[in-house]
Amino acid sequence: MGLGMLASKTMRPASRILQYPNSRNFLLRTIVTKPELQKPEGAAAQAQPEPPPVDLPPRTPVAGARVHFPNPEDALEVFVDGYPVKIPKGMTVLQACEIAGVDIPRFCYHSRLSIAGNCRMCLVEVEKSPKPVASCAMPALPGMKIKTNTPVAKKAREGVMEFLLMNHPLDCPICDQGGECDLQDQSMAFGSDRGRFTDVKRSVVDKNLGPLVKTVMTRCIQCTRCVRFATEVAGVQDLGMLGRGSGEEIGTYVEKLMTSELSGNVIDICPVGALTSKPFAFKARNWELKGTETIDVTDAVGSNIRIDSRGPEVMRIVPRLNEDINEEWISDKTRFCYDGLKRQRLNDPMIRGPDGRFKVVSWRDALAVVAEIAHQTKPEEIVGIAGRLSDAESMMALKDLINRMGSDNVWCEGISIDTNADLRSGYIMNTSIAGLEKADVFLLVGTQPRVEAAMVNARIRKTVKATQAKVGYIGPVTDFNYDHKHLGIDPQTLVDIAEGRHPFSKTLSNAKNPCIIVGGGVLERKDKDAVFAAVEAIAKNGNVVRPDWNGFNVLLLHAAQAAALDLGLVPRSEKGLESAKFVYLMGVDDVNLEKIPNDAFVVYQGHHGDKGVYRANVILPGAAFSEKEGTYENTEGCVQQTLPAVPTVGDARDDWKIIRALSEVAGLQLPYDTISAIRARIKTVAPNLVHMDARESANFASVPKPDVTEKVSTAPFGIAVENFYMTDSITRASKIMAQCSALLLKK
Amino acid sequence: MLARLAAKRFNEIRQAFRQSSRAFSTALNYHIDFPDNNPDLPWEFSDANKEKVKEIISHYPSNYKQSAVIPLLDLAQQQHGGWLPVSAMNAVAKVIEVAPIRVYEVATFYSMFNRTKVGKYHLLVCGTTPCMIRGSREIEEALLDHLGVKRNEVTKDGLFSVGEMECMGCCVNAPMITVADYSNGSEAYTYNYYEDVTPTRVVEIVEQLRRGEKPPPGTQNPKRIKAGPEGGNTTLLGEPTPPPCRDLDAC
Repeated sequence: MGLGMLASKTMRPASRILQYPNSRNFLLRTIVTKPELQKPEGAAAQAQPEPPPVDLPPRTPVAGARVHFPNPEDALEVFVDGYPVKIPKGMTVLQACEIAGVDIPRFCYHSRLSIAGNCRMCLVEVEKSPKPVASCAMPALPGMKIKTNTPVAKKAREGVMEFLLMNHPLDCPICDQGGECDLQDQSMAFGSDRGRFTDVKRSVVDKNLGPLVKTVMTRCIQCTRCVRFATEVAGVQDLGMLGRGSGEEIGTYVEKLMTSELSGNVIDICPVGALTSKPFAFKARNWELKGTETIDVTDAVGSNIRIDSRGPEVMRIVPRLNEDINEEWISDKTRFCYDGLKRQRLNDPMIRGPDGRFKVVSWRDALAVVAEIAHQTKPEEIVGIAGRLSDAESMMALKDLINRMGSDNVWCEGISIDTNADLRSGYIMNTSIAGLEKADVFLLVGTQPRVEAAMVNARIRKTVKATQAKVGYIGPVTDFNYDHKHLGIDPQTLVDIAEGRHPFSKTLSNAKNPCIIVGGGVLERKDKDAVFAAVEAIAKNGNVVRPDWNGFNVLLLHAAQAAALDLGLVPRSEKGLESAKFVYLMGVDDVNLEKIPNDAFVVYQGHHGDKGVYRANVILPGAAFSEKEGTYENTEGCVQQTLPAVPTVGDARDDWKIIRALSEVAGLQLPYDTISAIRARIKTVAPNLVHMDARESANFASVPKPDVTEKVSTAPFGIAVENFYMTDSITRASKIMAQCSALLLKK
Repeated sequence: MLARLAAKRFNEIRQAFRQSSRAFSTALNYHIDFPDNNPDLPWEFSDANKEKVKEIISHYPSNYKQSAVIPLLDLAQQQHGGWLPVSAMNAVAKVIEVAPIRVYEVATFYSMFNRTKVGKYHLLVCGTTPCMIRGSREIEEALLDHLGVKRNEVTKDGLFSVGEMECMGCCVNAPMITVADYSNGSEAYTYNYYEDVTPTRVVEIVEQLRRGEKPPPGTQNPKRIKAGPEGGNTTLLGEPTPPPCRDLDAC
């Protein structure tokens, strides 16, 4: 565009203003710019022919919905409000609308559950269809013209909403779902401002589902999401739809608690306030809460969570979507352990006096005492152990400090002597959690995934349900929520399979994608090398490890374990702890503290007054996972970090900072002052630990191992997690978890 | 003032017409443990009925065993004197290999499954519109008065109970009651309709049943034959004449 044209453009309206008869009218005129206003003569010429088709703005799919075409020929085109979208065959009308960027209101439809089609909220108009159709249950057909914004569709939604609100109590002010309620939001968006129902609303007896889920069944709108969740995902067929018509209600019929490790998720999927969190009841409104996107450390899965806090208090924990790890569920332990963060906390440095009682001291004094004793101890008698909740930074710092003190006795609890920490493929889930869905035969060796890693178990269950994958299990009798074959209880069965004497070895060798999962408890066995050799042999026979598929998995038990193995925190001698004179426990509560000699000096650094504190001489208060920035690697090798949601308690400090400070007091200053500096140090040891939110698979899938001559023992596999609800210092301090273990554990 | 009075009166009328609660079937939609109804009581199909169970299940493909839930519940109900204790439902769930809740869902859905005790003769009064217009409320009242019970309550001798049912398709002979006879287990189980009943006639039927007689089912109006009109047919008496256009000879 030339300057002259620009000038003429600016001149033309100006000249028109000058010609305008009434200047006051001009001031009142709304200022709009349209092409025809700028070029009146051009617009006049265009007015005669058909107006050009409205250029539809490009649409973005709802919530980042992605289209995946498994088969390009199966693509079909539908029109949503006139906007053409390409979708794969078999998608429903609702999904097509989502891809077209139109959010359809819904209550019963949930993308991870089966389709029920009973709430009728998702009605849309389809051209040539006499009635509005329930879009969630209607498969999209080629050329379908879907209209989501017409008077018919609007009226239909309004009518459905009126019926839903008919029997829904008006107790939003006292309802815990208020503010995050689908019914509230959708009635505002799609409902009418009045109803015609004048009769008495029905009421329904509340059900007792246990200590986690509070029920106010009068609020229920019978979407049956919870029934489908319990049946399909959690695998406990306890909930059902009882009665019919206006007497219909959700319940268990016989008095029964919901004994699933995933029961808390029904709180999230309930679109109304019928199922809410019992511990969170009447504690806070959701708009008062600050959400912090972080991860869970109560097991080795590293479920993505959001910690909702108000001021210095963690109010609740809810899941965050991560398709690769926890989808959108979390286990009850993850969700409800948060009250443990408020109990039994260590908030001041303390020294045990001669009378055996702890005395609060300043950080300076506490560190000086620790440094002094450490200096007096012979290097080989110094031992450092990292606990199951430790982050990678503090473990790195601990290892560096102990090494600088001249000792090599530093390890992480749950890792036994000379565990293979050199090859990552030997201790992570090589298949990845999401990859488990491709497997068609599972062999579980000494692992009870339901209690060890509930989210991994949910994934296996999903696979078994979807593809009828076979599951073989070796270990003590335990309950599974899917079909499985109990093959044996001791490693001898494993050897039988390896040597082809067992019928299951045929199943494995016939499988396309066989998958072996070895429990983290096996790592603590004396004959672990022999067990792993047998697994290796099975893997070799069954073609488990191929370039395109790695079905060898270790399911670790603790959040710290994978990172500890990456960093090489492995005990090197059998008698490390027995001969120790100076023991540095970093949040360690589950090693056998009896082994520590009576004259040893024990430093306990941690956030909870748990088992380790009883033996400690000095307490250094640390930060819990909700209060610090720390790197964790989950069992599949995905590195994630926690972020501080709430401030630390009292005088507590970040764990790596405590060790850094101690190193300075001890005169062995560690060369990092910031978290990025310590991560740079980690990078030199385990470069994969600095790639956040990325899963780095092991480089060498299979490397010949030195021949193992030892034989497997006849001792049966043990149970690694006795009590699902109480596995670490946080969950042991939690009252809710205590209630769960009392009421829900199967005796 | 007048408006308030009117509103009050209107509310009174509404209260009078409203039933306290819509009572489907005979029980609540959840289970409460009782000495005669709890999951710990053993319950099994009798040997004769086990054969029937096999026969019923054979009607369905082996991977759709759960389809047999309704006939099996019905059989269990007949065997157990007209009602289904929770242990009977559990037994059915075991037979068809589903979780018990799936059976509870079905049993609570259908009002024909009684989940509390009923009498040996369970009298069901049809309460749907045609019968209601023809006086089913009076019928029910007469029954309840005569037996001295409330709806869904069993008489002291355990012989009778009165329940309500929805339309059973006998509108032409309204009002009607059904008598479910559970006195002799599933072998001699009958489910008979007594149609065109009057308040006096239902009491007679009850007394006949009490004496062990079997009153003839069907219409209780002696002047009617089955669904035919009282006093014989009044219309369509002759043979139908063919339509003129088809009467080729007349053309």
